[in-house]
Amino acid sequence: MSEHYVLNGRKIVLHDMTLRDGMHAKREQISVDQMVAIATALDDAGVPLLQVTHGAGLGGNSLQHGRALHSNEDYISAVASRMKQARVSVLLIPGLGTMKELQSAYDCGARAVHCATHCTEADTAPQHIAYARKLGMDTAGFLMMAHLNSPKGIAEQGKLMESYGANVVYVTDSAGYMLPEDVKARVGALRDALKPETEIGFHGHHNLGLAIANSQTAIEFGATRIDASLAGLGAGAGNAPLEVFAAVCDRMGIVTGADLFKLMDAAEDLVLPMMDHLVRVDRSSLTLGFAGVYSTFLLHAKRAAERFGVPARDILVELGRKKMIGGQEDMIEDTAMTMAKERGLAVEEQATG
Amino acid sequence: MAKVKCALIGSGNIGTDLIYKLKRSDVLEPVWMVGIDPASEGLARARDMGLKTTAEGVDGLAPHVAADGVQIAFDATSAYVHAENSRKLNALGVMMVDLTPAAIGPLCVPPVNLRQHTAKLEMNVNMISCAGQATIPIVYAVSRIQPVDYAEIVASLASKSVGPGTRANLDEFTYTTSNAICVVGGARTGKALAIINPAEPPMIMRNTIYCLTDDEPDAARIGESIRAMIGEVQKYVPGYKLVNGPIFDGKRVAVFLEVAGLGDYLPRYAGNLDIMTAAATRTAEMFAEEILSGAIRPQATEAA
Repeated sequence: MSEHYVLNGRKIVLHDMTLRDGMHAKREQISVDQMVAIATALDDAGVPLLQVTHGAGLGGNSLQHGRALHSNEDYISAVASRMKQARVSVLLIPGLGTMKELQSAYDCGARAVHCATHCTEADTAPQHIAYARKLGMDTAGFLMMAHLNSPKGIAEQGKLMESYGANVVYVTDSAGYMLPEDVKARVGALRDALKPETEIGFHGHHNLGLAIANSQTAIEFGATRIDASLAGLGAGAGNAPLEVFAAVCDRMGIVTGADLFKLMDAAEDLVLPMMDHLVRVDRSSLTLGFAGVYSTFLLHAKRAAERFGVPARDILVELGRKKMIGGQEDMIEDTAMTMAKERGLAVEEQATG
Repeated sequence: MAKVKCALIGSGNIGTDLIYKLKRSDVLEPVWMVGIDPASEGLARARDMGLKTTAEGVDGLAPHVAADGVQIAFDATSAYVHAENSRKLNALGVMMVDLTPAAIGPLCVPPVNLRQHTAKLEMNVNMISCAGQATIPIVYAVSRIQPVDYAEIVASLASKSVGPGTRANLDEFTYTTSNAICVVGGARTGKALAIINPAEPPMIMRNTIYCLTDDEPDAARIGESIRAMIGEVQKYVPGYKLVNGPIFDGKRVAVFLEVAGLGDYLPRYAGNLDIMTAAATRTAEMFAEEILSGAIRPQATEAA
């Protein structure tokens, strides 16, 4: 029934983000038991790669990014030791995580890594990418906020990551801002620039409701790795919902190797019940997508809005205007305070309640 | 008035900015710049500004140390080559101000501990990192009031102000700064985060300092201590400014700073460059004053 679709027969690798990007949506409060239950279900459903860390990755436990219930080592060890076929991956953002932490994650069983930099700063990751390859890890260069660099610029940054040793290069739509045309241009430029054996990945956010369509476009123009998460659990309006994406792939004849019904059940029975808020396109997450703001800023902005009395949407728009990027979560509180002062609101020195 | 003669090792952003700072000093005089690439723009600029240059590394400088009376050297190369540079120049009696993350000598943040180092005539002092210079004074300003269990600093830097050496070695930056938050800042544990932002026009360096105190923070005394410390830093970095805070949330103290540079070599957004070179200059000046007064005399040290 899918013979007439152009992607029929195309093979891709699904990379689950529920237990990493999903940590953002849970304010880093997923328990080890919950992680193991979800990872086991993903493993059983045939998902080959799943990411497990604090939302900000290795080194993420901090006042800046929030403290998780457990250490990255505890999460990784608990999950990796129970996998039958799936490999566990981690996120590493240089400037936050270090090679020592990567070694420690590897020792706990991690075998793949997203080495992430802002889309213009690939040259902050050469040590980390080389180190991951030396460990024999599947190593992706992960170009975040990819809408903030041109297709040509993305191709140049991707070539740098390839030269450091990355065997995959990602176009990462951290703000959920990209339209299918934007994805086509960037993935296409990477495909033209990189060696044939270097894979291309796409990591979408659903802030404009386009994560599925963008992922399909990425595949059409050469991507073979797609990040997604069960029920979309992730920052902002979430990632591409894995079970929805798998269903679309089935319809199109794209081969994922995953069991669609098992993914549906895991999303509905395990992930949906543990959501603190419904991960969906709402006023604030739509603002992220519309203004091109880092998805993780969402809950931080909501907290700052409560404390300083400036609406979250106004804070997010201002952060977009000031071109703040991933990692600058401190600037949310700072910006909210500055805006409150400008609006003549009292900024209390002490938090109440 | 006599000045202490200085050599600059490394012809990148930091070394070049140092020329401007040293030329304004009453007690320091830049006379040599050392590079490794004969075609480097930094060396050409140094020659234009009247310095002698060599592209042969420290070995190209060593034969001239005695004749040109070089007594202080600033190393702005990398952590990997600093130890060797320091060994060679210390052996000739040249005191080292280390601007790499090598940190083989004691760590120095001028308003916190410079006097201790000058009193002891250290032959190698380390300037930690730009983020360390910007944030550790604040950590110390809190920890001198009450015990700090954990301090975390976040430095946002304009992409154009971060040179290739720092980019390729971010882990060294992280380790050195995290350690200094404890050793100099006085926190029991520490963590440093760096973000490189490519926005145009470039953003001015921003720093956020979080401290977790053991007991409820004494807001009034901590606020007063922080404001006094900011005044101390402003003496050598006029663009060091409090933007927001301190604000208190349970035991968390948060301070939000901006650091604008003087715009000597790189434009004013590069406060990270400025605070590092200004701190190094201030450090060297303190030593130079002691040398000129005859209170201390740098001695050749045996190679370790």
